[in-house]
Amino acid sequence: MKLKYLSSPYLVWMVVFILVPLLMIAYFAFTTDSGSLTIKYLSDVGQYANIFVRSIWLALIATVICLIIAYPVAFILSRMDKHRQGTMLMIVMLPMWMNFLLRTYAWMTLLANNGIINHLLALAGLGPVKLINTSGAVVLGMVYNYLPFMILPLYSVMEKIDGSLFEAASDLGCSSSQTLFRVIIPLSMPGITSGVTMVFVPAISTFIISRMLGGGSNLLIGDLIEMQFLGNSYNPHLGAAISLVLMVIILVIMTVMNQFDPDDQVLM
Amino acid sequence: MDIRKLLAAAAAPFLMLSLLTGCTAAETADEPEEEEESEAQTLTIADPDYYSRFKGQGLSINVYNWGEYISDGADDGTLDVNGEFEKLTGIKVNYTNYATNEELYAKLKGGAASYDVVIPSDYMISKMIKEGLVQPIDFDNIPNFGYIMEDFRNLAYDPDNAYSVPYTWGTVGIIYDSTVIDIPEEDIDWDILWNEDYADEILMFDNPRDAFAIAELICGYSLNTEDSSELEQAAFRLRQQKRIVQGYVMDEVFDKMGGGDALIAPYYAGDALTILEDNDALSFVVPKSGTNRFIDAMCIPSSSRQKEAAEMYINFMCEPDIAFANIDYICYSTPHSAAFEMLDEETQNSPVSYPDSEFVRDKTTVFVNLSDEANQKMQDLWTEMKSAEDENSNKWLAPVFLVFCILLMIFVLIRRHIKNKKDIF
Repeated sequence: MKLKYLSSPYLVWMVVFILVPLLMIAYFAFTTDSGSLTIKYLSDVGQYANIFVRSIWLALIATVICLIIAYPVAFILSRMDKHRQGTMLMIVMLPMWMNFLLRTYAWMTLLANNGIINHLLALAGLGPVKLINTSGAVVLGMVYNYLPFMILPLYSVMEKIDGSLFEAASDLGCSSSQTLFRVIIPLSMPGITSGVTMVFVPAISTFIISRMLGGGSNLLIGDLIEMQFLGNSYNPHLGAAISLVLMVIILVIMTVMNQFDPDDQVLM
Repeated sequence: MDIRKLLAAAAAPFLMLSLLTGCTAAETADEPEEEEESEAQTLTIADPDYYSRFKGQGLSINVYNWGEYISDGADDGTLDVNGEFEKLTGIKVNYTNYATNEELYAKLKGGAASYDVVIPSDYMISKMIKEGLVQPIDFDNIPNFGYIMEDFRNLAYDPDNAYSVPYTWGTVGIIYDSTVIDIPEEDIDWDILWNEDYADEILMFDNPRDAFAIAELICGYSLNTEDSSELEQAAFRLRQQKRIVQGYVMDEVFDKMGGGDALIAPYYAGDALTILEDNDALSFVVPKSGTNRFIDAMCIPSSSRQKEAAEMYINFMCEPDIAFANIDYICYSTPHSAAFEMLDEETQNSPVSYPDSEFVRDKTTVFVNLSDEANQKMQDLWTEMKSAEDENSNKWLAPVFLVFCILLMIFVLIRRHIKNKKDIF
């Protein structure tokens, strides 16, 4: 019974730094400067529908690409010798040791019109291609930065799958594609859902990637929220309302995602 | 520390020697701390008694300034302004930085932090005055205000000059690659930013106020217009331009122009000079048709608890030697007459830093704060412009997304249905 008190530091932390700020966001979203109740700001959010759609769309593309890249990698990784797994995992984690901004900055110079990639293309006789300041560059930035967050949960789930299950499957007459769809994917579902969550949620609310790689003309929700607080129009109420709507959207999407989870775990 | 003192002591005889040979650093000789000061450049203070009032009381003031906007003694031979102030007055300076006017505003408006001296720009000063975030300054405590040039007093953002003491100023102009753009300097005007020949080689301000100002200059409107049809017309211009703009940037301009990734960018004169130092191909021009002039001025927030000490700091910043050390370090233009006199001739005559006063008076406009409605209108138009899609992607993006969502929902429902059926057995 006494053990319960050990969690009190986290409880206090949660109340002060998670619950109270959430309530403040809700309070700001529903009030005006003078403190009276209003839904004006929430209905104002409607005019930014296209920005919401674009953010969700780009985050979705980035998540799918991450999943497609990460899934085979995680599987191969989980079937390796133990000591080689350690080395490979370190290589996966390596980029994360570097500052996030620095990594994105590096992409800026790679993709620039006079950047390395365009120089190489010129050597091959291909004309300069517009790479930076496109939505493709934003997706690339998301995939690059969040890929480890997809690989790690997938790997940790797959590592626990017993290899003899695959042998059993083929003994019972499964082709390799049947093994994949009826054994590996269902068993790795918890890893997929948590990986998708860990990539999709930060990707949808990012603002620095779209600013640096999107050239400021691929506005995402994150940029929109930032503009309300540090931009020219200081409007915390609208900013809070946008955040609230974003939160609800993520909640809905995550609920849908969790339907895929066989154990019906809540992963949020 | 000991070694530094030793060095300073060793340097003292040389200083005496230079005095003997006729150098005119005589006034500092009777200062007690002369040896330490000789490490950097010599400092002359007209009225040391004024600054010693608060000595020994353990006071401290919070100064909140732009980044890289003061001489901090980081380079050899430059003056550590805050350090000198502490030495002279015994008041400790807690010095912190911000990156945008809006960040400063959010901090003061939030009321979480108390600052004694802040250095916002023109339009932000008028906004803060209106909202009571800054308090009137007692100019009796700032005798050095006399050094501020006439042209920089009683400007539109602070008509009675009761709240602010100008610190620096500058204009907005165009940085361009003169090796590629073959147009004589005097013919370059703002419309070059709309020139299709340089499509995808143009950078633009990533903040609505500066971007709208350029569009308004082209349309011939006032830079402080609140007329909604004029704002819409300016926004229309910006939308036209979006197609040929490579990117909307602020400080990234240093890298992109310096590295040759773009050919044309509008930017602030002081920063432009810094960029020009790194890349010989670049030139900077302030279009003859007119431009925006910005002024950063020192103010005392209403929440200040050390008003007199803050005024002392502002007065110190207006000491000729200090003002010169700062302006020499940050490359912006100075409104301080004595500091201006100390600049070398080349800088004084530079058309970039110090355009002739007739041009400044007739062709430049200082921002004032817009009404809340106009600000909101500008912000909405800006967001709309920035989030506008390319023609072709707009058509299918939303429908595809909706169809995808619906399919996903159907899939989930069917899956659940099958699962529930299975569970019965």
